Amino acid sequence: MASLDAPKIVSSRAKFADSHTLSRYLETGGYEGLRKALTMFPEQVAAEVDAASLLGRGGAGFPAGRKWSMLRKSPVSYLVVNGDESEPATFKDHYLVERDPHQLVEGVIIAAYALQVTQAFIYLRGEFALGLERVQQAINEAYEHGALGRKIFGSSFSLDLVVHPGAGAYICGEETALIEALEGKRGFPRIKPPFFPAVTGLYGEPTVVNNVETMSNMPWIVLNGGAAFAALGAGRSAGTRLFALSGRVRNPGVFEIEMVKNTFRDLIYDPQLGGGVIDDRAIKAIIPGGVSAPWFGPELLDVPLGQDEVAEKGSMLGSGSIVVMDETTCVVRATWRIIKFFSRESCGQCTPCREGSGWLERILYRLEHGGGRVEDVDLLLDLCDNIAPGLTWPPQQTTICVLGPSMPSSINAAISMFRDDFYAHVQHGGCPHD
Amino acid sequence: MTHFRTDLRQRAEELVSLYPRRRSAMLPLLHLAQEQDGYVTDEAMAEIAELTGTTPAEVRGTAAFYDMFHLEPVGKYVVGVCTNIACLLAGGEELLAHASATLGCSVGGTSPDGLFTLEETECLADCNIAPVVQVNHRYVRTTTPDLFDALVDDLRNGRLDHDVPPHGTLIRIRRSGGLRVDREELAGERAEARAAREARAATEAK
Repeated sequence: MASLDAPKIVSSRAKFADSHTLSRYLETGGYEGLRKALTMFPEQVAAEVDAASLLGRGGAGFPAGRKWSMLRKSPVSYLVVNGDESEPATFKDHYLVERDPHQLVEGVIIAAYALQVTQAFIYLRGEFALGLERVQQAINEAYEHGALGRKIFGSSFSLDLVVHPGAGAYICGEETALIEALEGKRGFPRIKPPFFPAVTGLYGEPTVVNNVETMSNMPWIVLNGGAAFAALGAGRSAGTRLFALSGRVRNPGVFEIEMVKNTFRDLIYDPQLGGGVIDDRAIKAIIPGGVSAPWFGPELLDVPLGQDEVAEKGSMLGSGSIVVMDETTCVVRATWRIIKFFSRESCGQCTPCREGSGWLERILYRLEHGGGRVEDVDLLLDLCDNIAPGLTWPPQQTTICVLGPSMPSSINAAISMFRDDFYAHVQHGGCPHD
Repeated sequence: MTHFRTDLRQRAEELVSLYPRRRSAMLPLLHLAQEQDGYVTDEAMAEIAELTGTTPAEVRGTAAFYDMFHLEPVGKYVVGVCTNIACLLAGGEELLAHASATLGCSVGGTSPDGLFTLEETECLADCNIAPVVQVNHRYVRTTTPDLFDALVDDLRNGRLDHDVPPHGTLIRIRRSGGLRVDREELAGERAEARAAREARAATEAK
């Protein structure tokens, strides 16, 4: 049974048709979190976020409070919000920026106050035309309302907030690439170390980069206290989380549910959530957390939706997006499409990723469309081993960023689980499921 | 004479002033150039170089990296059909093939009447209504061949002019508020605020 009693922390207003407007926001407690934060010391606000044990909701799952504490002391520092949501089948930030832009803006102001930053940016992917409009509208209204600009709500705190449109590049979700794009350059990830922009970020100054959903949690955490947030979920996975469910389910969508208290099976089958598989077919495999994550077979459906719980089984919850593949799904085609994506989106800086992605894509293409050879199956694994040696989880790094080493996950999973299906493609001279 | 129209030139200067460094306005300015011309022209690149303190080659090199910027003319409507994993499972490839037949152009090409350019896109983050179709980066939620044909008909007859404005209108809403205060003044205020907080903390500790 799914556990659905937890409060809606970030999706409470989505039921209103005018959830994006300032009037609705103010009627439903909007900007109260900010007012409360401004009566506290910045360190106290940061301490509440720390106490909430909020793991960043972007994909890496790094504790938000710890990221903040690493911010190097400097006369100038920046806060940048990562809204470049482009991980395939991830659509929760899209939901937040269109449905509740004020909640995001308020969250950014609270975080900026805690960090004592006076300049913040919200980077949104360019394909969110409506989202960009809604967030800019919310920022305009916030300035007018006194929640942004000089001396916010009469306090001594001032903040300028700029929304920055991306222009179609998955790699800009990687935080150092995002910073490059914000500096007006190609989105090339930066060489590490330093590993964190908190040391050297935008314009070389210390910078915190946080995800849209992470920021959207701030007003509730300040109003209700970090302990109340930490009381939800279990272990390291505190609070609720937005899960984006897609693929072969009756009712795909974004669902805010308590972490750990629910399993993949609950999310997929509960009538109030996914509603089961289309035509009641059997599940072949699921992708548990974005296309960089190793797949799960149906025997792992009872794993709880928690960071460590999924990691223990050799995958990751990542961006919180779950894709369901049923018995009619061709796993070779699915793998080919995922790798085609990585191949298109590789920025081209590092050889293993740039060359490897194209090579993998061509081999998978010929397996699916005809011309595949028996030895191709092990050739795929051999190539993967060159990109992420040992095919371990988490993958070994051979490149500047994690894009390249993310490719072997799905290939390795698909071949381990469905090797015979790959051979059937060779024998058939193309896809036998068409 | 600037290449940007007078109103857009003013807008461009506003965009540059939003950032601590001029070059940061690069992506917004490229969007603005597409808003005016439909694609990023050589003339626009030269002007963006002047506005951002870069060279036209740097502007081109940056623009070419990003999928949304077109360096050659495109149709009035850029139609994007997603075929990534969630859309693949919902018939995205089939819908893309249908779109190609309906519009009479190959993927990446422009229809004979010059009205439509068809693109195969990567994930557009709307996977609960798959397969996802965008026109000029507006979600149009046409998931079946019949709905797609109706969409094309509506676009041809101008019935969607409000929902789907001409391309490049990423920033239809303008920024109306702003803060461009002297950084030293702000730093001074911050130091004062910190001193006041410390004094308050000391009092509370007693």
